[in-house]
Amino acid sequence: MVAEHEQGLDIVDMPINMGPQHPSTHGVFRMVLVISGEKVVDVTPHIGYMHRGGEKLMEAMDYRQGIGYADRTEYLAQFSAELGYCLAVEKLMGIEVPERAEYIRIILTELNRLSSHFMFMGAFGIDSGLFGTSFTYAFREREYIQDVFEEVSGDRLMYAYFRVGGLAWEVTDNFTQRVHEVLKKTQKGIKDLDDLLTKNEIFMARCQNIGAFTADRAIAYGLSGPLLRASGVNWDLRRDEPYSIYPRFTFQIPVGNYGDVYDRYLVRLEEMRQSVSIIEQALEKLPPEGPIVPEKMPRRLRTPPGEVYAKVESPRGEWGVYLVSKGGDKPYRLKMRSPSFCNLSALREMTVGQFLADAVMILGSMDIVLCDVDR
Amino acid sequence: MLLAAPSFGISQPAVRALLALIVITMVMTVAVAYATWYERKIIARIQQRLGPTRTGPFGLVQPIADMLKLLVKEDLRPADADPVAWELAVFGIFVPAFLAVVAVPFTADWLVSSLPLSLLYLLAVSGLSFIGFLMAGWGSNSKYALLGGMRAAAQLISYEIPLILAMIGVVMVTRSADVYSIILFQDRVPLIVWQPLGFLIFLTASIAELERQPFDIPTGESEVAGGVFIEFSGIRWSMFQLTSYVNMYVFSLLGAFVFLGGWEWPFGRDVGWGYQLLLTSAKMSLFIVFYLWARATFPRLRVDQLMSYAWKVLIPFALVQIFLNGLFIVYDPPYVDAFLLVSSGLGAAALVTLVYQSVRVKPRLPLQMFSNTVEARSVV
Repeated sequence: MVAEHEQGLDIVDMPINMGPQHPSTHGVFRMVLVISGEKVVDVTPHIGYMHRGGEKLMEAMDYRQGIGYADRTEYLAQFSAELGYCLAVEKLMGIEVPERAEYIRIILTELNRLSSHFMFMGAFGIDSGLFGTSFTYAFREREYIQDVFEEVSGDRLMYAYFRVGGLAWEVTDNFTQRVHEVLKKTQKGIKDLDDLLTKNEIFMARCQNIGAFTADRAIAYGLSGPLLRASGVNWDLRRDEPYSIYPRFTFQIPVGNYGDVYDRYLVRLEEMRQSVSIIEQALEKLPPEGPIVPEKMPRRLRTPPGEVYAKVESPRGEWGVYLVSKGGDKPYRLKMRSPSFCNLSALREMTVGQFLADAVMILGSMDIVLCDVDR
Repeated sequence: MLLAAPSFGISQPAVRALLALIVITMVMTVAVAYATWYERKIIARIQQRLGPTRTGPFGLVQPIADMLKLLVKEDLRPADADPVAWELAVFGIFVPAFLAVVAVPFTADWLVSSLPLSLLYLLAVSGLSFIGFLMAGWGSNSKYALLGGMRAAAQLISYEIPLILAMIGVVMVTRSADVYSIILFQDRVPLIVWQPLGFLIFLTASIAELERQPFDIPTGESEVAGGVFIEFSGIRWSMFQLTSYVNMYVFSLLGAFVFLGGWEWPFGRDVGWGYQLLLTSAKMSLFIVFYLWARATFPRLRVDQLMSYAWKVLIPFALVQIFLNGLFIVYDPPYVDAFLLVSSGLGAAALVTLVYQSVRVKPRLPLQMFSNTVEARSVV
C-alpha cells in the first residue's frame, strides 16, 4: 500500500477483494484489487478453487473414461475438449477416423463454438451493466443448440459423445434437418445480439480502448484464440496447423486492429457467423451413410509407448493435450494446455491503470472457464 | 387517496392534511409494490420472459409475497458497522422520498399541502437523500459499500445541478416556482414544446438521480455488487428499494407536471378529478416505462464518463437553455413561442449531436478478414 501525505491527510490505496462470490468473476475466481479511488493500481489473481487434480485423475482412467473428464474441464466447449483428447489418442495409436464421423465431429464442435460464444455475449453484456437482456437473448439461442446436443448425445452438459476413432453412436435420423433449423434461429440470434450491443454508444464507450494489448505482448504472454486475433495476430489453428477436416472448408478469420475489449467482442461476433458458414458447408458435404468408427477397433484401447501433443482451436484458444504413454490402457502422464489459464496470465498487465469497472469488463472479455483454469 | 379530496367536506385544514398524509403513505406503498410487479413484467417482456406468473392471476400477488418474504428475513448487521450511521441511513434515504410526495398535486383539487415554492421544495427534499447514501456506505464498514456510497454522493450532487438548472429554465418561462401554477400555465401547450432542451436534460438527470441504468453506478451489480445496499437485508433493504421506487414515482410525476402539462393539458381544469387522475397517471406512466426500458437495454456508464457527461455536457447546455430564456425575458421578442421553440429545439439537437460525437471515440478500422485458403500468412 502506498501512502501519500497531502495536507496532513493520509491517502491510502485500498485493497479490495473481488470474488470468489462476486457476481462477475465468472465462476469461482478471486482477484485482490488495490485501488486508488476508482483506478486499479494492482491486481493479484487467486485461482485454484476448482482444482480437482484432473490431470492426475485422468492417469488413473483408461482412454475411454478420459473423454468424460475432458468434458468436465472445459464445460462450455465440451466437444472441443473431447476432440482434442481424442485427437491425441488417435495420433498415438495411428487411427484413421471415418469420413462421416469427421463431419459430424466438426458440425458438433462448431455448434459448440456458437453456444460458447453465445454464453460470452450474454455474460459480457451483464459485465457491461446490462440488466440481463443480452443474457436472455443469448440463452434462448444456447437452448436451441443444447437441444440438438441432447438429442445426439443424451446429455445437456457432459456429452461424452466422441470416441477414440469416431463417435459413440449414430446421430439421430433428423440430425441434418434439426441442425438446419437451429442454424436459422442462431443467425437471428446473432443479429439480435448485434443489434442490441454492437452499435450501442454506451457499450462502445465502455469497451473501446480498454485493456488494449499489442500483438507483441499478446504473443509474449502466450495468448491464443479471440484474444490473440483481436490483438492483430493472424493465427488460427484451424488453418495454420490444420486438424481433422478443416482444410476442406472455406471460412474467414477475423483479426482485430486495436486489441481492446471491443475488438475481442467483434472478433467473437464474426467468428460466430463463420461457424454458421462452416456448419452449413459441413452439412452439405456430410456423407449420408457410412461407418462412424473404424472397422477394426480393439475392445480395449491400448496405446504404444510414446508421447504426443494434439491441439484444437477451442472457442477460447489453443486447447491442447500432451500425452505420454508407456503402453497399456492408461496414460502415463497427461497435461492439458488450457487457453483459459494462459489467457488469464495477462490479466494483471491489462487491468493495472484502468478503472475498477473496466477490470470487470476485461475479465469478462477473456471469457475464461474457471474449471479449465484450475482443472 | 380520494378520501382526502375536499369534496367530502372536511374543512379543517390540519385534519385534511393529516388524513391525506396517512392515505398518501399507504397509497404510495401499494403503488410501489405494484411498480415492482409492473417493472418485472415489462422487463420480462423485453427479455422474452414471462415474469411472475405463479402467484395469482398474472402474478399479481407477487409483490405481497415479496413483501412478506422481506419482512420475515433476518435483519443482519455487520459486527463492525457504525451503529448510528447504519441505523439512521435507512431513514436518511426513506424520509426525503416520502416528504417529496407531500407537495405533489395529483389533481387540481387534491394535494396535501399547497406551497408557493413547491418546485423548489421538491428538488430540495429529493436532493437530501445523498446523505443517507453516504451514511449507509460509511456505516456498513464494507469496502464495496464505501465505494458505492462515495459514487452515490458524487453522482447525486453532480446531477442535481443540471436538474435544477433545467427547472430554473422552466421557472423563467412560467414565472412561478409552484408546480400548481406551472401546470396551470400549460393550458395551451405543454412545456416540452417550448423547452425541449430542458426536457432532455431533465430526463437524463432524473435517471441519474434515480440511480437507474445506465446510471446505476452506485449499486452496479457487476462491479460493486449492490454497492451501498450490500450489507443490508430484510426490512432495511426493502425500505431502500421502496424508496427508490417512490423516487421514481416522484420524478415521473414531476416530469409529467412540469413538461407534459400534468392534468391541465389538453382537457383543461374542469373535467373532474377522475379524468385528471387518469391523465396524470398516463403521463407518469410514460416516464416510468421509459425508465424501465432504459434499464433493460442500456449498459452502464463508467464513473469518469458519468462525471464528464454531467459537467461537460449537461450543465453547459442547461446554461444555454437558461440564457435563451433570459433573452426572451429581457428583449420580449414578438413571436415568443416560436422563438423559444426554435432556439430550444436547436439546443436539443445540438445536445444530441454533441453526445453522439463525444461518445464515438473515433472512427475505427473494421476487422481484418483473412481467408483460410490463402497460403501466405503473416504472424506479425
